[in-house]
Amino acid sequence: MVKGIERYGLPVVHMATVVPISLTIGANRIIPGVGIPYPLGDPTQGEVDSKKIRKSMVRRALKALQTPVEEQTVFE
Amino acid sequence: MAKYKIVHYLNQFFGGIGGEDKADYKPAIQEGKVGPGLALSAALGEDYEIVATVICGDNYFGENLDEATDAIIEMVKGYAPDVFVAGPAFNAGRYGVACGTICKAVEERLGIPVITAEYEENPGVDMFRKDLIIVKTGDSAATLRKSMPNLAALVKKLATGAEVLGPEEEGYHERGIRVNYFAEERGSERAIQMLVKKMKGEEFDTDLPMPKFDRVDPAAPIADITKAKIALVTSGGIVPQGNPDHIESSNATKFGVYSIEGMDEMSPDDFTTIHGGYDRQFVMKNPNLVIPLDVMREMEKDGEFGELANYFCSTTGTGTATGSAAKFGDAIGKKLVENHVDGVILVST
Repeated sequence: MVKGIERYGLPVVHMATVVPISLTIGANRIIPGVGIPYPLGDPTQGEVDSKKIRKSMVRRALKALQTPVEEQTVFE
Repeated sequence: MAKYKIVHYLNQFFGGIGGEDKADYKPAIQEGKVGPGLALSAALGEDYEIVATVICGDNYFGENLDEATDAIIEMVKGYAPDVFVAGPAFNAGRYGVACGTICKAVEERLGIPVITAEYEENPGVDMFRKDLIIVKTGDSAATLRKSMPNLAALVKKLATGAEVLGPEEEGYHERGIRVNYFAEERGSERAIQMLVKKMKGEEFDTDLPMPKFDRVDPAAPIADITKAKIALVTSGGIVPQGNPDHIESSNATKFGVYSIEGMDEMSPDDFTTIHGGYDRQFVMKNPNLVIPLDVMREMEKDGEFGELANYFCSTTGTGTATGSAAKFGDAIGKKLVENHVDGVILVST
């Protein structure tokens, strides 16, 4: 899906927990998710902190979309 | 004669621990064979014994690659097996990646021959085909018995050091390895035969298959984020309550487009997930964990980016054929471009 969209020239940031899979399928901008059942946030830390984590991850995603990349890049 | 010793790796499901709710199960080893180990043991015969079985949850492995690998290596070491077998993982993606990762580590660190078995679309195949022998299986556990003879035959060859033939003869996934041999006909004769077949429109086997590169060049970055329109896409199976488009919980054949116009967050009253490949309890309680609408609305108001597209696109990414996923991507990309979207956040569970 990532490649299908990016073929149209749109930058895609893939937020995924299992980064090796994301690399294999060919995503160019990757942000590691927190966990498979909760990629954006961590409900085990309570809703307030979970949301903070989510916000900082989305900020990182926007930054990745503004970053030129030559090859597959994981934004830690 | 002493029996050849096998250590077998299984995930929580095949190891009989439980389903997705037990996917965070930490690695543990037990004596003897478990689940698919019974069929493997029967296929291997009495000169072989599965001395122990390692069981680890797929999520635990995927989220703790290094810790899980280290722990399992220590467990396997104690048994000093002749061969380490993982799976079969069929089309289970996280399981397939775990099988490949642990096999590679056991071979590299312990010097023990390893083998696993997976369906061709399992992401583990492309990740590890160059490193490992991965026996071909069907896409579900229903093909377990069918895949056992090939797997058992190769386990025996690895244990005894017999020559492993090419992927077609032995039934494993092509590894991209070239082995020198003397052909019966010289190159010029083979070339003429191929040319004649090609001219007749017949199938022919090339001596030198071209590698398939399915890569897309990275798109140019967004120049001015404050004016950019961002769209959310997911493979996490988020749908409106009632799943109006009947998107499948596994092996999806379609995706949905759902409005988020006027909403400040993803309410669990409006949305749920139908994904059949992860423990859904957290996301059902708070769908923002996959579609981060709550924080994106705040950031949109604060001017951190231009605007959010007023819909998101969603499908289920478990057991879904790569061909289907490519089609969804193409259709979604087309729609987003028509709607003047500048960048995409795609969340996978």
